[in-house]
Amino acid sequence: MAARGATLQLGGRLTVSRSAHRPGSVRLTATFMRVGIMNEMQYRINFFLQLLQSLLNVGTALIVLAVVFSKTNDLDGWTRPQLLAVMGVFTLVGGIIRTFIQPNMERTVNEVREGKLDFALTKPADAQLLISIRDVRFWQLTDVLVGLVVLTVALVQLESITQWQDLLAFVVLLFSGLISIYCFWLMLASASFWLVRINEVQELFDGLFRAGQYPVGIYPGWLRYGLTFVVPLAFAITVPSEAVTGQLAWQSVVVMIGFTAVLLVLSRWCWKRGLRRYGGASA
Amino acid sequence: MITLYTANARIAVQTQIQYRAANYFYMIGMIAEPVVYLVVWSTIANANGGSIDGLTAKDFAAYYIVWTLVRNMNIVLTPFAWEERIKDGTFSGQLMKPVHPIHEDLAQFMGWKLVVLVLWIPLAIVLALLFKPSLSPTMLQCAVFFFAIWGAYFIRAIMQWSLGLITFWTTRVGAIFEAYYLSELLLSGRVFPLVLTPHWFQTLTWFFPFRWCFSFPIVALTGPIENRDLFIGLGMQLAWILFSIGLLAIVWPRAVRRFSSVGG
Repeated sequence: MAARGATLQLGGRLTVSRSAHRPGSVRLTATFMRVGIMNEMQYRINFFLQLLQSLLNVGTALIVLAVVFSKTNDLDGWTRPQLLAVMGVFTLVGGIIRTFIQPNMERTVNEVREGKLDFALTKPADAQLLISIRDVRFWQLTDVLVGLVVLTVALVQLESITQWQDLLAFVVLLFSGLISIYCFWLMLASASFWLVRINEVQELFDGLFRAGQYPVGIYPGWLRYGLTFVVPLAFAITVPSEAVTGQLAWQSVVVMIGFTAVLLVLSRWCWKRGLRRYGGASA
Repeated sequence: MITLYTANARIAVQTQIQYRAANYFYMIGMIAEPVVYLVVWSTIANANGGSIDGLTAKDFAAYYIVWTLVRNMNIVLTPFAWEERIKDGTFSGQLMKPVHPIHEDLAQFMGWKLVVLVLWIPLAIVLALLFKPSLSPTMLQCAVFFFAIWGAYFIRAIMQWSLGLITFWTTRVGAIFEAYYLSELLLSGRVFPLVLTPHWFQTLTWFFPFRWCFSFPIVALTGPIENRDLFIGLGMQLAWILFSIGLLAIVWPRAVRRFSSVGG
């Protein structure tokens, strides 16, 4: 216990000196990204293997879509090219999540269990920022490439002229949606402070994420709300898809921005609460 | 050998029961998958005047709820585990034991299933209340189902265990396993009931082990299925179990010969 008290005191002193030369968050993030990318660049052949996997995945999804549309002309009002657009956005968003968000959160969950999180906590930067930027699985971006191709094909098939406003709305909403997914993951990761062994949390996320392949509107009410306000897939995939296919309602945008702001605050609170429970391995 | 299995199964039960939260996380993630398929197909059935190819929304509900049980029975050691085992030295320890290491894995996953089964019941009740399946199997169908889910487990467990051994030859196994999983997804009846697919596609599925791990056990319980097909199915499962054991017998000794460890 004495040793633990000493560590805490040290932590307190660090806080004082911290503000003096804390590097800017943007610069810190850029540095971590650069190191991460340099690491991944050593394994160039992984790009092709990852690309192969992305293509296999999309190929499978296309076959499923073909079977669905061999039995019907529209799914709850969504035509085939519209659903293809959703699939493109789904692949793209999945790629970004697996590149930037998931590797960091999985690492944090593991480090909480193994007590290795100490190494991140003792550094003079905000712990939440630090655990969110340490890893980048650069080659997963092949999903983003493939997703963009699928989305483009869908837009061509839709034959609607996408306005630059639509594209701008798409990018902004996509970014906001990704933030909400990040918050959701951070809350899942924070749960590991209480539950300790939750490697399965990744399976949970992957499973739920699949539901985003289809627009959330097709699901029954309870599930639709769940996929909007519990697991914010509607915001990350459906709403941006609506923007790019010209079906966006301004109400969704307002709800989405408001909800993302709430999530940002809530997830930080969860993280801080969890951190207080953290024992560490050496303490 | 029986003692080995019961002892390992008991350890797995004791271990897994402590991780109820983790197990529930795992199961909820898993159940999301069939719910998506179920919603898509019931939407189409309802829009199509109540049914497609003779399947109503209630039939789809039965199919995908039984799916969740079959899927739970189907959980086996992931082939990705080999990378970790070889890297962290677990495998060296396994090699020292006097019995084939597959027995330990088979037994532990069998034990885990008992825990999973108990945790599954409340989820199945909730799904049944939400989606109102129509299910009226005969006694024979129930009996065949009981054997079919274990048959499915053994096929999938031994096939994937053998598949994982590829790790001894190359460390870039991700794309290979992915291709295997995606073939399984399409050819097994996991995404869509196979009756919805064209005739040539259904014929194609006979050349792979996959449909005997998903489609067959599910349809054995939900029907419609002829009594004759129930026994053909069990026979095919047995054939695939023997095939996978044969495959393992060929691959395993060669894989072990390629293995070398540092200080193991």
